[in-house]
Amino acid sequence: MLIRLEHIEKTYGTADHPVPVLHDVNFSMEDGEYYAIMGPSGSGKSTLMNILGYLDTPTRGTYYFEDVDNSRASDTQMAKIRNEKIGFVFQSFHLLQRRKAWENVALPLMYGNVPKRERRERAEEALTEVGLKDRMDFYPTQLSGGQCQRVAIARAICTQPKLLLADEPTGALDSKSGQQIMDIFDRLHERGMSIIMITHELAVAERASDMMHIYDGVLSKGGPR
Amino acid sequence: MLENIREAFDGIRSHKLRSALTMLGIIIGIASIIAISSTIMGTNEQIKQNLVGSGSNVVTVRLYQGDYPFESAWSTLPEYIPPLDSDTLDEIRNVKEVASAAFYAQRDAYGQIRSGSKSLSAGTIYGVDRTFLSVYGFTIRAGRGFTDSDTDQFRKVALIDETVSATLFSGANPVGETIDICGEPYVVIGEFTRASDFRPTVTTLEEYFTYNTSSGGKVLIPFSTWPVLFRYDEPRSLVIRAVDTDSMTAAGRKAEEILNGTIQKENPEVRYKSEDLLEQAKNLQELSSATNRQLILVAGISLVVGGIGVMNIMLVSVTERTPEIGLKKALGARRRRISAQFLIEAGVLTCLGGILGVLVGIGLAYGISKMSGVPIFISWYIIAATVVFSFVIGMVFGAIPAYRAARLDPIEALRHE
Repeated sequence: MLIRLEHIEKTYGTADHPVPVLHDVNFSMEDGEYYAIMGPSGSGKSTLMNILGYLDTPTRGTYYFEDVDNSRASDTQMAKIRNEKIGFVFQSFHLLQRRKAWENVALPLMYGNVPKRERRERAEEALTEVGLKDRMDFYPTQLSGGQCQRVAIARAICTQPKLLLADEPTGALDSKSGQQIMDIFDRLHERGMSIIMITHELAVAERASDMMHIYDGVLSKGGPR
Repeated sequence: MLENIREAFDGIRSHKLRSALTMLGIIIGIASIIAISSTIMGTNEQIKQNLVGSGSNVVTVRLYQGDYPFESAWSTLPEYIPPLDSDTLDEIRNVKEVASAAFYAQRDAYGQIRSGSKSLSAGTIYGVDRTFLSVYGFTIRAGRGFTDSDTDQFRKVALIDETVSATLFSGANPVGETIDICGEPYVVIGEFTRASDFRPTVTTLEEYFTYNTSSGGKVLIPFSTWPVLFRYDEPRSLVIRAVDTDSMTAAGRKAEEILNGTIQKENPEVRYKSEDLLEQAKNLQELSSATNRQLILVAGISLVVGGIGVMNIMLVSVTERTPEIGLKKALGARRRRISAQFLIEAGVLTCLGGILGVLVGIGLAYGISKMSGVPIFISWYIIAATVVFSFVIGMVFGAIPAYRAARLDPIEALRHE
């Protein structure tokens, strides 16, 4: 079992005015599965994503990652888990504008203390995977939106994470570029990568092998009703 | 680390004007410290050279009554002070710090030196032996100096300096002329001048009086003829030339001790005292350093103000780069790494400011030197210290922004667009 969520609840706000976001979320996923989570804005899908990615901690409930409960992990340990086990892809790419494509890709390798020489090689491999080997030395400003997102995917996979978390990866792209991104996800899935993707586009979600739906903080199997 | 430094330069380059304005505070602070300290050290060097006289190394030892020079014209010489003899002089000459030494007597003369209708309103008469000129750093410009026979045969001959020559003879050759000293006729046999290696520069009123009374109107006569004009038991002073500038104090002290050894009384009221110019120079230097230390303190305050400016800008920078910080955290950057990035950026910013400040400061010091004529002395030690200090300021004032950056919640940071 790659991940298992047991009775996860998340509440924001103060004790006097609690704002519940997630209600009793239960979910489990095997290695190599590809899930799409759909839901309107404000449904709690981003919060769920943050908890899955160790950027946030649940108020109640237990999150097992590779059957380990990391709820007591320190800030440094959480950083290590994010660095080694999880790859993030964001809607707005989040590339450093003053770094070349390959340097952006190599960023997590640097935080993982990979030797400098090895970093470029591994960044090159990852960029080859997303079809941007010839754009290695380009700056983000010289790349199209689709290409930027592909660099971001390369950055997410170059550490060979256990789980790829994508938050609206096609949200900022035209349909053609979006298609390319989805093709890459398909390819990664075929090679055994576990993927959880958040989207509100049905066409995108249907590319995944399984679909979940979140509404008002309640997660349920299947597509939108 | 290298990556952090690179990031710091990226940050600075992406906001050139802002960085330059931030650095300005540091630049001004460091530049003033460099300019002030270079000028102080230059001034100190000059004070030393002016007072001590480069290469002259002359120390005089005179009788003092309490804190003031003993005036033989008005006071009776105490009985416990015997006349100085040549054995004492030999003993002083044998001191290892002493290169040469001579005894001399001295009296101020007001209007007592005349030639025809002209007279010297103020001057000094010295009763000397023939070694005096070379010890004191005088050379003969015209005519001849004293010989042993001048002394032995009690010849009434005199040497005059250019002031006396100009006053009494209006530039005409004085050699061979007769002058009247306290009513006695003396034949001028030569004119002397300060040796060229002794060129004092006057920068204070005190120095003005020192040099103008001593360089204005000197008449030298053989000490053997002294009793003709004044008392036969005239107390004598000592002039010594030390082997080098740094041994002036020691030479003066030792000669003083030998001379005081001839005094036949315990704790005498009137005793020999060395007039050590090196010591005086040090006192003056201390005075100038003390005032300038306060100036450096003021410049230091401007550095602190500059540091606060750096902190302000770093806080803005953290806010601006919130998404970047969030991303880095998501990718696994630890808190330490994030805080190091901002600390180093602040450090690089102030360090650059420090280096620019050093350059501006050296330029300023040269400017001051050009305008005021005060020499400057640039010390590598001070330059290194100020650059390191400016880096430390960056670290200190970058600490709070760096801490804030490190504590940012990655979710909040990523959401911040």
